[in-house]
Amino acid sequence: MYREICSKYAPDKDNLICILHEIQNSHPQHYISEEAVQTVAEYLGVPANHIYGVLTFYTMYSTKPRGQNIIRLCESPPCYIKGSENILHKLMTLLDIEVGETTKDGCFTLELCACLGVCGNAPVMMINNDVYGDLTEEKVEEIIEKVRRG
Amino acid sequence: MKFFRSHVLVGINETSIMAGVQDFIKALRLELAKHNLQEEINILETGPLGFFGRGICLSVYPENVNYQDVKLEDVTELVSEHFLKGRPLKRLMLDDGGKFSPKLNYSDRIVLRNSGIIDPENIDEYIGAGGYEAWEKALTQMQPADILAEVKISGLRGRGGAGFPAGVKWGFTAPIDAPQKYVVVNADEGEPGTFKDRLIMEGDPHQLLEGTMICARAVGATKAWIYIRGEYKLCIDRLQKAIDQCREYGILGKNIFGSGFDLDIFIKIGAGAYVCGEETALIESLEGNRGNPRWKPPFPGVEGLWQCPTVVNNVETLANVPFIIQKGAEEFMKHGTPECTGTKVYTILGDVAYPGLCEVDMGTTLRTIINDYAGGMKKGFRFKAALVGGAAGVILPDKLLDVKMDFSSLNQYAAVLGSGAILVMNEHQSIVDILWSILRFFRHESCGKCAPCRNGTQQLYRLISKIKKGKGTMEDVDLMLTIAETMQQTSFCALGQSPIMGVRSAIENFKDEFIAITKK
Ligand SMILES: Cc1cc2nc3c(=O)[nH]c(=O)nc-3n(C[C@H](O)[C@H](O)[C@H](O)COP(=O)(O)O)c2cc1C
Ligand code: SF4
Ligand code: FES
Repeated sequence: MYREICSKYAPDKDNLICILHEIQNSHPQHYISEEAVQTVAEYLGVPANHIYGVLTFYTMYSTKPRGQNIIRLCESPPCYIKGSENILHKLMTLLDIEVGETTKDGCFTLELCACLGVCGNAPVMMINNDVYGDLTEEKVEEIIEKVRRG
Repeated sequence: MKFFRSHVLVGINETSIMAGVQDFIKALRLELAKHNLQEEINILETGPLGFFGRGICLSVYPENVNYQDVKLEDVTELVSEHFLKGRPLKRLMLDDGGKFSPKLNYSDRIVLRNSGIIDPENIDEYIGAGGYEAWEKALTQMQPADILAEVKISGLRGRGGAGFPAGVKWGFTAPIDAPQKYVVVNADEGEPGTFKDRLIMEGDPHQLLEGTMICARAVGATKAWIYIRGEYKLCIDRLQKAIDQCREYGILGKNIFGSGFDLDIFIKIGAGAYVCGEETALIESLEGNRGNPRWKPPFPGVEGLWQCPTVVNNVETLANVPFIIQKGAEEFMKHGTPECTGTKVYTILGDVAYPGLCEVDMGTTLRTIINDYAGGMKKGFRFKAALVGGAAGVILPDKLLDVKMDFSSLNQYAAVLGSGAILVMNEHQSIVDILWSILRFFRHESCGKCAPCRNGTQQLYRLISKIKKGKGTMEDVDLMLTIAETMQQTSFCALGQSPIMGVRSAIENFKDEFIAITKK
């Protein structure tokens, strides 16, 4: 399966970032496994440690299995002054996890991130590819409920 | 051609999508059809309108009525009142029933001249508005040297960083005899509080492409890359569509307009690292590496992507270029000040009445921007400070509200202008708190390549955290200045050289606050 994804791209190192994006998105646990790293390394003809270097540099990649839904809450100054900390606490209580952890049922992983470029609606979070803005504690509860139900 | 009585422009952008604009449009079409108005009222899906009110926003022409925060349940009333009876719905109007109307200075715009007017996903509308005239002119009537000269005369300065003159930058690359040269569009916009590039791309992707093409022609590049952050889904879609349309029309490809010039543009998606906005780090990332900055010189203009000469420019910089070539440098120079020509796009956030987007002449004061374009302070709040330029920006107190916003007037603060982010804070907000948040950002985003920044950002965060908790002393405050200054002098790239901006401006302009919170 990893091989299939790779073969959509020319075997050039500059496609590494794209390949990793696609591998991670296609995995139900949104991460890049050791096996994936090995496959990509062979395909592109670059050492596996180069790929680890890249993986650990960019915040969008994970080398550990994560939940079905990735919550990324923006903690940059404009969101911060609009109360992102309160939203964070609400999320932590609601999900009963700390930042970087996954809920027991594997449904959510909670992460922090830098500005998402939608600060006009601060505070903001993304769940997978969807942006949610103007967050309040009540709104967060509704959103989580909605996503949980699918 | 069909003639409509009114045109309803609906802004489709991240904000309105979040508010459910797609369902809204469906409902609006249905409701209009119910009253047999579909032949009279035209619905036009466009990019960000000239303002950004809350939620779903509409502009209705020729009445020139702007609505904001329109909800699905308002559709029936809107259609029956406004479109059937011709009575604009006061309660949804942006101007609060006439109390304030943001300046929508379309005639004075360059970068946003089409934004909110044309359908960004339709190349014919761009062409109808004069689009690709400049590209044709650049290919068929001008030599690369003519383009270069025009851009140099225009005085256009980079809108992504410290304002380096674009013509001069291109001038380094143009004369180099190399088998391959590149243009790279820096669309990695990661400065907190900044999203003008997103709005420029969402509103008028073709204009950016056209600017990129002209740049490529001027320097002799046959390939261009747009490096864009992965979160900007709508921009990526629109740009890809725009590129595909250009290829179909022969505006990109081989032997364009019979000129013998070949060019193609590709999109590359980033993976979330602020430092990748730095041009050499961006190039590393494009090559599939960790985004650690490279040593300069050689500058990218001489040795960039895959060792080839590469021009890296910001989105807004390139979006200015079609205007300059189409209308001439003279016309461009009518905007702004003699040293800083043209306009600047800003996004205004925080405690203002109407947070928004605006394009104003270079040199407009912060006070004018806040009062005329954002409606002044939000009711019941007093101005305390504005964070201008995002995390790498400066905190300006009210006594600096009349400073002209251009690269020369802001001199020591000039680097902050590019981002165009203005975050207005009210009297209840704590400067120590905001500085803490800024320094937390830097601690996270330091790439770790050089010691001054790797350790300095850590120490700055430790000190500000201590101060924030009320456990710091004024010596700690001084130490922060020393560390940030050392970082400015010794860091490898501009990321580590930036925290001094926020640290110094906060401490200098709001010393009392630091005195009050520290231990005696
Ligand atoms: C840490 C850091 C982040 C940057 N981020 C961006 C960015 O997001 N967009 C941008 O255009 N320039 C950014 N720059 C500036 C670029 O290095 C470069 O100066 C700019 O793209 C040049 O384009 P211009 O001459 O058109 O302004 C950043 C610089 C640094 C040091
Ligand atoms: S200054 Fe910071 S971001 Fe720049 S190279 Fe050094 S550690 Fe990396
Ligand atoms: S600061 Fe949170 S989205 Fe920009």
